[in-house]
This record gives sequence, C-alpha cells and structure tokens, in this order.
Amino acid sequence: MAYKTIIEDDIDILVAGAGLGGTGAAFEARYWGKDKKIVIAEKANIDRSGAVAQGLYAINCYMGTRWGENNPEDHVRYARMDLMGMVREDLAFDMARHVDSAVHQFEEWGLPLMKNPDTGTYLREGRWQIMIHGESYKPIVAEAAKKSADKVFNRICVTHFLMDDSKENRVAGAVGFNVRTGNYHVFKAKAVICGAGGASNIFKPRSVGEGAGRVWYAPWSSGSAYGLMIEAGAKMTQMENRIVLARFKDGYGPVGAYFLHLKTYTQNGVGEEYESKWFPALTKMVGKEYLDTEGQHLSHKPIPTCLRNHAFINEVNAGRGPIHMVTMEAFQDPHLEEIGWHNFLGMTVGQAVLWAATDVDPKYENPELTTSEPYVMGSHATGCGAWCSGPEDVSPDEYFWGYNRMTTVEGLFGAGDAVGGTPHAFSSGSFTEGRLAAKAACKYIDDGKAEGISVSDKQIADLKEKIYKPLETYTVGRNEIVAGSVNPNYINPRQGLDRLQKMMDEYCGGFGVNYMTNEKLLQIGLKKMKIFGEDLEKIAAEDIHELLRAWELKHRFLTSESVFQHTLFRKETRWPGYYYRGDAMKLDDENWHVLTVSQRDRNTGEYTMEKAPLYHLVGDKEE
Amino acid sequence: MPTFVYMTRCDGCGQCVDICPSDIMHIDKTLRRAYNIEPNMCWECYSCVKACPHHAIDVRGYADFAPLGHSVRVVRDEEKGTIAWRIKFRNGKKDMELLAPITTRPWGEGIPQLSNEAAPSEEMRDSELLFNEPEYVRMDEGGLHTLESNGLTLKEGVYY
Repeated sequence: MAYKTIIEDDIDILVAGAGLGGTGAAFEARYWGKDKKIVIAEKANIDRSGAVAQGLYAINCYMGTRWGENNPEDHVRYARMDLMGMVREDLAFDMARHVDSAVHQFEEWGLPLMKNPDTGTYLREGRWQIMIHGESYKPIVAEAAKKSADKVFNRICVTHFLMDDSKENRVAGAVGFNVRTGNYHVFKAKAVICGAGGASNIFKPRSVGEGAGRVWYAPWSSGSAYGLMIEAGAKMTQMENRIVLARFKDGYGPVGAYFLHLKTYTQNGVGEEYESKWFPALTKMVGKEYLDTEGQHLSHKPIPTCLRNHAFINEVNAGRGPIHMVTMEAFQDPHLEEIGWHNFLGMTVGQAVLWAATDVDPKYENPELTTSEPYVMGSHATGCGAWCSGPEDVSPDEYFWGYNRMTTVEGLFGAGDAVGGTPHAFSSGSFTEGRLAAKAACKYIDDGKAEGISVSDKQIADLKEKIYKPLETYTVGRNEIVAGSVNPNYINPRQGLDRLQKMMDEYCGGFGVNYMTNEKLLQIGLKKMKIFGEDLEKIAAEDIHELLRAWELKHRFLTSESVFQHTLFRKETRWPGYYYRGDAMKLDDENWHVLTVSQRDRNTGEYTMEKAPLYHLVGDKEE
Repeated sequence: MPTFVYMTRCDGCGQCVDICPSDIMHIDKTLRRAYNIEPNMCWECYSCVKACPHHAIDVRGYADFAPLGHSVRVVRDEEKGTIAWRIKFRNGKKDMELLAPITTRPWGEGIPQLSNEAAPSEEMRDSELLFNEPEYVRMDEGGLHTLESNGLTLKEGVYY
C-alpha cells in the first residue's frame, strides 16, 4: 500500500479528540508540564470540531459562587435528582467546584457573556445556565489549545489506542489515518487524554433520506470516545443511560432558553396542560423519593428530564398530540422574539431554516415538539462513559486509583463525553474535566508511571493492516460485480450504519418501539450484533472518505454493543421516558441503587458486568 | 438542510473543505469547485457557509421535511467581531435581520501563553488547584470548595 507511515515520537501527552474536553486538556497541560511535549490529534479541524462546532447560546453549567448563587454540592444534588440518583458524585462535585474558573477565563478570552444590567452578574437563563453569544465559542477555546500544544494534527481519525508491550494494561499512544492524504499516523505517548465524542446516529433517527444528518447531537459524534476506550479494555459505566430529548420537531432546535428565559410552556393538541396528570402513576413506578409532585412543588425542585419525557410520550400515545410549545405569548415581546431566533442561530441554525421553510412564525403559531431518537453520551442529562478515578480529597476507595479522571487503563485519561457518571457537565464542565485530566496526566508522568513503555513494530504494522483492510476488501470484491453497491462479499459503511440503527431501534428501545425493550429482545439483538460484528470485518471502503465512515461505524458498533450489555444487565426501569424494560417496569432501589460497570476483554471480546456502589453527598445543610 | 455550492461563485479555494467538521465538502475533480458529497451527514452547522470568502455556499432545507423557497444567509466578520443573519420566509411575510457579537476582543489577544507563566510550586502541584485557582473560581480570597469546607461526607446507600 502506498500510504506513508508517519511516526510522532516522544510525546508526553497526546490529546485524542479536541472538542471542549480536549481543548481544556491541551490548554491546561502546558501549565503543569512546561517542558512536556503536548500533541493534539483531531478528526476534523480544531477550529470547528466537536459538539460545539456550530456554537452555543448558553453555558449550561456555571455555579456563580462568586455571586453567592450556588455551591458545588447544590449542582450535585440537582444532577443526582435529574438522573434518578445515578451519578458519580465525587466527579460531579469536583467538576462543579472548578467550573467557574473556566467560565471566568472564557470571558477574558473574548467570549461574549451576557450580563444582567441590574446586578452586573452574568445573565441567568436558569439556575445553572448563563446566556452567551457563543457563535465563536469553539474557535476561541481552540486558540487557547493551539497556544499550549506543540503540534496540532488536524484531520486525523484516531482508530485505536496503542498499548504498552512491556506492561499489561498500560496505554502507549494512538494510531489513525489522515482523512485527506490517507497516510498512517503513529503517536507514541506516555499518557493519552481521550477527548473524543459521544454517539449520535446509533439509533434509527426520525429523519429519513437526505435529512438523516439532522440529528440532535452532531453527526460527527461517532461514539469514538467509547469505541476507542472499550477496545482498549477500559471499564465503562452507565452505558444503558441513553438520553431522549424533547425538542422542536424535525429541526431539534433547543428548548432550554424557551422554557427558562422566554417562559414558554407546553400543552397537548387540545390546548391542555398534560404533564401533571401522568405523575400519580409515574410516582407508583419510580417511588416517592424520585417523584413527589406535592413535595417537589413546595421545594421548587425541577421534575427529572426523563419523567417529563414519559408524560410527553404517554400523552401522544393517548391520542392527544401533538405537543406544542406555547410561544405566542412570549413572542409578542419584540425583545424576547429576537432572543428566540438568536437562540437558534447561535447553536441550531437548521431550526431557523425549517421555520423559514414552513412559514412557522412562533409569534402567531405555537410550534410542534417531538421526542428524539436516543443518544449515547456523557455530558448532557445523561452520564455514559468510562469508569474513572476521582480526586484524592473527595473520592471513597472504590472510586479512587491514583489519578483524577484516569480510566482503568493506566495512563489513559478521559474528559467530557468520555467520563462516565458525570452528567450535566455540558461545554464548560467538559472543558474543566479536560483541565483536571491534564494536571493528573502530568503528575502521572512526573511520578515515573510511564517509564519503560515499549511499542513493538509488530503492533504498529498489525494496526496499519487492520486500518486499511476496508480499502483492500473493496478492491478485491468490486471486480466481481458490474457496477452498483450490491455485493455478496462486502457491505459499505452506509449500509452497515442502516443495519446498526435498525437493530438498536427495534431491540434496544428506539423511538420506533416507543423506547420499549425487554430481556428477550435484548438477547435477540445481541445475537444479531454478534453476526453484524463479523460482517464489519468485511466492510468495504471505496476511498479514504469512506474509510473514515467505516471506522466511525466500528466505533459506533462497539458503543452499541456496550449499550446492549448494560441495558440487559440493569433489570429495572430506572429512567422512564429514556427507555423501558418491559419485563421490569418499576424502579428497583433494593437491587439496583448501584452504578453498572462493564469490561470487554481485549482479546476475546467477552463482556463481564458488575455493580459498583453508589455514594451520595450528605451534609448538614440539605435543601 | 444540506449545503450546496453556486457554480458561478465558487473558485475552488478549499476553505470549506478545510473547515467542514463532517468532512463532506470536497472539490469536484472535473469542475474544480466544491460540493457537498454526503448531504445526509450534514448538520447544517454553517461552518462552511461562514468560511466561504465568496458567499458561494448556501443551504436548502432537508428535502424530507423542508419545503423550497426559504433563505437563511450569514456574514461572519472576525475583524468587526460580529455575525449578521438574514432570514427570509417561504411566503415572504417575514424578512428578519439579526446581528450578534462573536467576540469582545481582537482574536486571540486575551488568551495567555501558559509556557510564559511562572511555574507552579510543589505545594500547588500536590493540591487540587488548577491554573489561576483558587482566585478565578470565586474572584475573592476564598479557597477551593472541599467536602470538609462545605460540611459534607460521601455515604454509601440510598440518601435523599
């Protein structure tokens, strides 16, 4: 094969994936590692990559301790309640106590944060959210990362982590290929921070045909954070905790600013408030600890996101759809109307395009909402990701093994979507986790933990062969047929993605089955996934661009397999509205008030599942 | 709404190819101009639209749910630090212009070069502090929050 092998050697810290987590990591690493060699490998262009490529109109995680607004533990309690108790509270507390310093730096770097003209504080959208003009959020943090890094390799699709040949279970760098030149890139590093993304497009999307890219999370979020770490043998947690979003129909435009700032609200197709009527039955499913409408009304605690979805889904199934967002009142105020539009232009332009195309003026018409297909990620109202160590001064023994945000693979750290059990980090929290991981990774190296790493030429050569195999498969198989995409010896990445999405939808609780699954369905799904895994060995790529899609699909596959395993393991319905285990429709605290932890054997591909204890923050000043 | 490229405006400079997060803006080998090779992997993020020096790239709503005849155009100006939008409805009844800031400073000037900062002390290395902390957390004399300072413990079990 004509592709060159380009080796970048003697790297101290390799940042694999530079979204908000990765840019935070690269930036901070320079402070703790003045003389360290810091290298970034990014699949796209760091200036517009990751989930924030398009921009954001809010920072959803800001404590405001500076203004006496919240303490970190307040945010932990909020996240815990929203996730039905399933949070790594050590990691969440640690993120929350640092996150404000990131936001204050963003302001200095030029990110326009809106101010409250009366108080001079940041303009609050909600208790945790502040409003920003964030069209250039990503280019700004990218500048910071570029200033700190020795080298930025754009357009490198990282496919595998390198493992140390001299010591079991220790990372040694990463490999991938340049999606433009096709060249094979080898990064030999002492520590790796995985800043890759969560997974869109693993469940069948509601959009069809050309619109299949109109997903809630970016279509380039290919689950690589999970695919890479699972393949390396890292333990994962809470992978069953997929998220379903209630959003504006088709465009998936955000609703946060609408609810919180514009004070719009939802109603059913006949103009009624519908949520509260589903709550009594829901309280029976999940217990009073999780939904006590009377108590919650008194304490002003928000209803968990999944439970609000549950009401939405059931109201529509009862024949009283569609659910509308009532905008006609708020939009009479020209200032609020402008904010409503800016909100889309700042982060989901597609929704503005859709309303312009369908003549939906929210001033005169209440737009429709929908519940999305599920997504697997770790920084919104869900906490999928790797099982990581917490900080020394907070974490109990079961949650601590030496270095903050280090996975169970030595020297492999996580940030953002990569870290499990840390929901509600959003952009600022992901950046903060990157910073925490970077400091810990520097310490790991300074403590001598990365001494004596060796990577054999064989490992490098074997991975090269593996990476380019889809091109080879195409070349060989293509000659057997006249033309077209139907071939008895291979499938292309799009065909594979369609099959994956169909399996996930039908067997793992997608929108097509109203988010319902059970043990039997999951067992059948896993059987089909196993065969799909064999077919993925025969995936074909016509060119380098298709090779990128092939490897994205393989990462999505590994993510999906893990979601199946975790969903099968947790025999309860913990998050009604995200998904239902039809054979165990109740929340079961007696058996399942635990975090689920999995590990895929590097050599055999076999899964082992275990329960990990849940620790909660307990204090004298309970809310 | 996938992107498309106007034949007469594109000069094949490749700015869109360089920036597209989804790797779907490519140069056509015969025409030497850019086009969207994979519309169903387009997030309508407008990164390429904003990057195009000739305003040659536009967006036409996804065929599966967006009728024809609308327009959302944009001019992003790093020097002025602004982004200007124009939204036109299909029925012509709404034509909006919206302007927003994208930065408060000249590009990159507010970002510190961390290799020039004073090296952290051993004490700081052994602490839980990050760069600029604790000052930047609270912007006062207070320290970093800990379980102890906030009267908290972590307890195993079900607590609410």
